Amino acid sequence: MTNVRRVISILVENESSVLSRVSGLFAGRGYNIETLTVAPIPNSNHSRMTIVTKGNKRVIEQITKQLHKLIPVYKVIEHDKMVEKEMVLAKFPIDENLADIQALCQAYNGGIANVARDIIIGMITDEPCRVKHFLEATERYNPIEIVRSGVVAIER
Amino acid sequence: MKMNGARMVCEALIAEGVKTVFGYPGGAIMNVYDELYKQDKFEHILNRHEQASVHAADGYARATGKVGVAMVTSGPGFTNAVTGLATAYMDSIPLVVISGQVPLSLIGTDGFQEIDAVGISRPCTKHNYLVKDIKELPRILKEAFHIAKTGRPGPVLIDIPKDITAEIGEFKYPATVNIPSYKPTTKGNNRQIDKAIDAILKSKKPLLYIGGGVILSNASNLVKKLARISGIPAVETLMARGVMGHNNPLLQGMLGMHGNYSSNMAMSETDLIIALGARFDDRVTGKLNEFAKYADIIHIDIDPANISKLVNVNYPIVGDISTVLEKIIDRIENKIDSNKYSKWREVLNRYNEIHPLTYQDSDDILKPQWIVERVGEILGEKAIITSDVGQHQMWTAQFYPFDRPRQWINSGGLGTMGYGFPSALGAKKGVPEKIVVNFTGDGSILMNVQELVTASEYNIPVINIILNNHFLGMVRQWQSFFYENRFSETDLSYQPNFKALAEACGGIGYDVTTKEEFDNALEDAIKKNKVAFINVTIDRFENVLPMVPAGGALYNMILSENKESEND
Repeated sequence: MTNVRRVISILVENESSVLSRVSGLFAGRGYNIETLTVAPIPNSNHSRMTIVTKGNKRVIEQITKQLHKLIPVYKVIEHDKMVEKEMVLAKFPIDENLADIQALCQAYNGGIANVARDIIIGMITDEPCRVKHFLEATERYNPIEIVRSGVVAIER
Repeated sequence: MKMNGARMVCEALIAEGVKTVFGYPGGAIMNVYDELYKQDKFEHILNRHEQASVHAADGYARATGKVGVAMVTSGPGFTNAVTGLATAYMDSIPLVVISGQVPLSLIGTDGFQEIDAVGISRPCTKHNYLVKDIKELPRILKEAFHIAKTGRPGPVLIDIPKDITAEIGEFKYPATVNIPSYKPTTKGNNRQIDKAIDAILKSKKPLLYIGGGVILSNASNLVKKLARISGIPAVETLMARGVMGHNNPLLQGMLGMHGNYSSNMAMSETDLIIALGARFDDRVTGKLNEFAKYADIIHIDIDPANISKLVNVNYPIVGDISTVLEKIIDRIENKIDSNKYSKWREVLNRYNEIHPLTYQDSDDILKPQWIVERVGEILGEKAIITSDVGQHQMWTAQFYPFDRPRQWINSGGLGTMGYGFPSALGAKKGVPEKIVVNFTGDGSILMNVQELVTASEYNIPVINIILNNHFLGMVRQWQSFFYENRFSETDLSYQPNFKALAEACGGIGYDVTTKEEFDNALEDAIKKNKVAFINVTIDRFENVLPMVPAGGALYNMILSENKESEND
């Protein structure tokens, strides 16, 4: 069976140990986590986790079933049709071509987030495959540091 | 009503109808022990090691079907209990374990006897709690019992900091539980059930594959009824021994690594597996892509994660076995002809005649299988049988004439040496009218031998039969078969005087080398009604057979010392 990439959203009770229950399950059963993001859902006692994972069909099925078994998990959504976005912050030396960097960030739904004495920070938000293109394009501007947020997704 | 957290724990146990708690006190749990001292609604058994406390609660749960309860302190008290939790988790046994924790203000400071109990126990409990607010304690206690016994059962840990057990709060034990994220599916999908019934009616060689879930669901009578009205033959897993009853003509026996020939051949040749609360464990299936090659599979299980985990299932039914079987029996009763499978049954009976489960008895040296059979003849249905882990466990599973569910108690999933004796104590506390016999080995018994003291103090007359081959026998057997007889660290020739050891702790001991001596010892041990060690010297090199070598196909069994089956 071939490995596929899957985005899974998990609605959980917003309590202190729930993240470790989820990440511990992945570690203990040998599942992959490529990215993981988590934040509270407004006006509720729930949080939403978005996990990008890879595995064959049977593994993905087990992941969703095992997640369901965790007591504080309300809902597990294995995304099929979705809008998926990831944010990137990238720090460049101030002596790089600022106009180029700004144009590049704008091409990926972003812009310049911050300019300091020695550095400039660009920000983008886009689909994972476009994020990959952006990261390739930044290479020529000698990025000092790149921070990715991990994926968030919503069913459409 | 206002009370401290410790009293809340005791009140909750009383409200849950708990009669026996197994445990061991220590600093962080002292408040609870102080309240326990003041009440007389439940009894506390002081085991001599926390691992034994949890195993005893587990044995109690398996023998009675109720939730077992154990209580330990923080740090090493808790870490000693982990093996007990993991054992119960692997076999889906309902337990509530209460551990003390350092005060909230000290958590995270590496305080004395502090350990992250919820962190350590997360992968070996069904759920766990760290109580951070006295207001939450009544709800958590109620939820713990609910979660432990509903759905797929399992152990639940409640870790309570010492300041919470001292704090005063309002106690009102909730009448109901509401956990929106926890709603086990019990009913079974009706359309799926109808499809499964069609598959049964169409099949020519169906087979009931009975797992431990049948016992957990108290569904034995329904399984027997389904077998009776349909004439479908059955195999049992290690965890399901006793469901069909050893005299049932439809029962082929136990399947798997040490299953008998006809059971494993039935599994290899069936065209429809009806899996009931079984989980296709590697010790059952052997090599997966050779497993039941000709079969479609109906799988009834309360845990959806068990379905299609290892083997692809054609007819998944998520639900409680009792509930689902009632529906199946109701709908199938007038449609099925129990003569339909007579040819299939004949084939299996023929397999059983060719290669029956057997052993070579001897007049010179005691054979372990004879001992197990002999106890079966003498005590039969009257006894609850526990076991440790190893060769003796397999011989007991193979040769004891189990007649009813909850008669056979052993650590199947985790395979915990040291489980047998303390679980026997728990079983005896739960079902005092039965004689409780623990079959053990000279390796396993030493792993919780301190329980001799517990058994003597509380007069819990458990009979331990040590099948003594002066070897760590099962490992030695693998070394003989697969490691060219290099007996690396498995020779246990240096061992205590078991008879004297039992007597030193207030029990009674016997050394046995002949059949006559064994009969006399067993009779005397039953009569004396004290905790007993019957140390039986057995044939050192006796092997557990048949055997499917690990990773081999189920139909390729080593049948006797020099004979392999010829099914390649």
